[in-house]
Amino acid sequence: MAARAREIAPAAVAGAVLAALVIGTLVAVAIRAGGLSGLRTSDLAAIRFTLWQAALSALLSCALAIPVARALHRRRFAGRDLLISLMGAPFILPVIVAVFGLIAVFGRRGFINAALAHFGIEPLSIYGAQGVITAHVFFNLPLATRMILHGWQAIPSERFRLAASLGFGPTQTARQLERPMLRAVLPGAFLAIFLVCLTSFAVALTLGGGPRATTVELAIYQAFRFDFDMGRAASLALVQVAISVTALLIAARVTLPASFGAGHDRSFAPIAQLSGGAAHTALDVAAITLAAAFLLTPIGAVFARGLPALSNLPPMIWSATATSLIIALASTIATLIVALPLALAATRHRWAEITAMLPMTASALVMGTGAFLIARPFINPTSLALPMVLLTNAALSVPFATRILLPEIRTLRADYDRLASSLDLRGIARLRLLTLPRLARPLGFSAGLAAAFSMGDLGVITLFSDGQTRTLPLALFQLMGSYRMDQAAGAASLLLILTFALFWALDRLGHYADPR
Amino acid sequence: MLTLDNLIIEQGDFRLSADLTIPAGARVAVIGPSGAGKSTLLSVIAGFFAATQGRVLWRGEDITQTDPGARPLSILFQDQNLFPHLSVTRNLALGLNPAGKVAATDRTRIETALIRAGLEGMGARKPGQLSGGQQSRAALARALLRARPMLLLDEPFAALGPALKAEMLGLVAQIAREQGTTVLMVSHDPEDARALCPQTVLVADGVALPPQDTQSLLDHPPPSLRAYLGA
Repeated sequence: MAARAREIAPAAVAGAVLAALVIGTLVAVAIRAGGLSGLRTSDLAAIRFTLWQAALSALLSCALAIPVARALHRRRFAGRDLLISLMGAPFILPVIVAVFGLIAVFGRRGFINAALAHFGIEPLSIYGAQGVITAHVFFNLPLATRMILHGWQAIPSERFRLAASLGFGPTQTARQLERPMLRAVLPGAFLAIFLVCLTSFAVALTLGGGPRATTVELAIYQAFRFDFDMGRAASLALVQVAISVTALLIAARVTLPASFGAGHDRSFAPIAQLSGGAAHTALDVAAITLAAAFLLTPIGAVFARGLPALSNLPPMIWSATATSLIIALASTIATLIVALPLALAATRHRWAEITAMLPMTASALVMGTGAFLIARPFINPTSLALPMVLLTNAALSVPFATRILLPEIRTLRADYDRLASSLDLRGIARLRLLTLPRLARPLGFSAGLAAAFSMGDLGVITLFSDGQTRTLPLALFQLMGSYRMDQAAGAASLLLILTFALFWALDRLGHYADPR
Repeated sequence: MLTLDNLIIEQGDFRLSADLTIPAGARVAVIGPSGAGKSTLLSVIAGFFAATQGRVLWRGEDITQTDPGARPLSILFQDQNLFPHLSVTRNLALGLNPAGKVAATDRTRIETALIRAGLEGMGARKPGQLSGGQQSRAALARALLRARPMLLLDEPFAALGPALKAEMLGLVAQIAREQGTTVLMVSHDPEDARALCPQTVLVADGVALPPQDTQSLLDHPPPSLRAYLGA
C-alpha cells in the first residue's frame, strides 16, 4: 500500500496544484459574483456574439478546408510536404502577429483595399465581426485541413485501388468513400474549432470590440479594466465557464480528432482515374493556391515590413523580449512538472486524466480575474502580473502536453512495465533509466508547444499590466495601439522568429535526447 | 519448493485452478492447448496477475502479495526482455542493482556473464544491434547475474530457429545445473519439453495438473493433449 501511495503522490500533488489554480480561482470568482442579474444588455449581446462567431468560424473553416484537403490528398506537387507542414504552424503562431499580418493585408491601408480602390470599390474593413471571423478562419482553416486530410489518409489505399478497378470516377469515389469519411470527421473538426473560438480573447481585443463584436472573454476584460466592476467581471467569468463546460460535454460525445501531426503519407499514390479531369484539376489548383495565399501572405507581409525594422527596435522591446523568454521557459518547465506525473498516473487512474483536462474548462481571463480577487486584499495585484502569466500559460498547456504524452506512456507501459517491475526498477532510477529516455520525443514536442504558446500569449498580461510590466506580445500590442507600425512590424517579426525557434529547439532537443 | 496452494485464477469467462508442488531444482515444462492459461499461470507465479483465491509459496513462505521484483525468480517474456535504449551492459547491470548504478565489481561480473553467454565484447551495443539469438543470450546473462532460485520462461525463444533454440535451451540447462535453479518453461513444442524438462505440468480443461514424467506423458497423452498435439 505504501508503495502504491508513493507511486501516485507526485500526480496527486500536481493535480492538487492544478485544481487549486483552476477551481480555486473559479470559486473566488463565484463568491464575488453579484449573480447573473448583474449582467447588462451588452453582456447578453457578448454571449450571443461569442456563440455565433464561434459557430460561423468553425463552419467556414470546415467548409473551406474540404476542397483544400481533397486537393492535397489527390495531387502531388513540389512543396506539398512543406505546405502540409506549414499548415501546422498556426497552432503555435502568436495571435497578435497573425492579426498584424491580417491588418497589413486586409486593413484600410492593406494591399487588398489598395487594389479595390483602384477599381473604385469601397474599402473592406478588417475590424468588427467580419475581422474576428476572418482571423479565426485564418487560424483554424489549417487545423481543419489537417484533420480532414488525416481522415482522407485514413482511408486505406486498397479501398481506392478497389474503387479504380470497379471503374469509379470522382463522383462515385466521393459518394462511396469520401462522404462517409467526411460525415465521420467533420463533426469532430467543427467542435474542436468551435471550442477554440469560444475562448477567443486576443483576436476580439485587437479586431473586435464594440456592441457588435465583443466576446465574453473581452467583456470580462472590459468590465475589469475599464469599469472596475468586479461583480460583473465575475458573473461574466461564470458565464464563460458554463459555456465552455457545456461545449466540452457535448464534444465528449463526439470523438475529437487529434489537432496536430497529420503525416505526409508517402505510401499513397493518387490514382488519376479517381482524381477527375481538367475541371477537377483546375478546382484543386485554385483551392491550393487560394489557401496558400490566404495563409502565407499575412506572414509574408509581417516579414516584408518587419525584417528591415529589426535593427531599429525601441529598447522596451528588448526588455519585453527578455521577460517573455524567461516566462516561456519557466512556464514550459512548470507544464512538464505538472503534466508528466498526471499523464503517468492517467493510464491507471481516471481522476488524473480528468484533472489534467481541467484547464480546458477555464480561460486565462477567468483564472486571472480569480487570482486578482484572491490577491487584492493582501498585496498589490499588479506585482503578481508576471507570476500569474507564467501560471496560467503553464496550466493552459497541461491538457495539450498530457494528450501528447498519454499514448506514448500507454505504449511504454504495455512494452516495459512487466520487465521493469520484474527487475524491481522503480522511483528515480525508473524515471531516469526508463521513463524519461523513452518519452524524450513527446516531452520535447510538448515542451516546444508549451514554450510557443507562452511566448505568443496575449491574455492575462492585459488584465494585470500597469503599462510598464510587459511581455513581447503586449509590447507589440502597445506599438500597434500607438500606430508605430514599422516598429510593430519589427517586433512582430522578432516574436514570430523567437516563437518558432523555441518550438523548433525544444522539439529537436527531444529528438536529440532520444536514445533510440 | 514452489507450492501453488488451491489457486483459482479467473478472468472473465476464463477459469483455471492449480493445486500442486514443484520440487526445488526441478526443470518443468508447462504445456497445453492455446488459451488454456499457461502464460496466465506464469503471470500469477511472477506476480503480474492476482489469483482470485489461493496462495503462492516458496519454501513455505507466502509470496502471494510480494511485488514482482521482490519474488525469488527471474522471468523471460516472449519479447521485450531488454530495454532497447540501454546498452547491453546497462541492461545487465539492472539485474544486479535496480537503482541503475554500475559499480566496478559489477563490471567484472557483467563481463564474465557476457563471456558465459557468448557475448564477449558486445556490452556496449544496444539490443537493436544484436541478432535475435544474441538478444536471448543477453536476457539469459541477466538472469544468470540475478541468480534467483527460480527461472520462468514464457516462450522467450519462440521466434528463434530450431538450431538457435536448441542452443538457448542448452544454455538454460547449464545455468540451471550450476545454480540449482528451478525452471518453469511454457512451450508449444513437445520436443523442447523432452529436451530440457524431465517433468511437465499439463494445463488443460481449466486445471493445471501436478508435474508428471514428460516422456510418458508425451508418449501416452490424455485426450485433451492428444487433440492439441495432433498425434
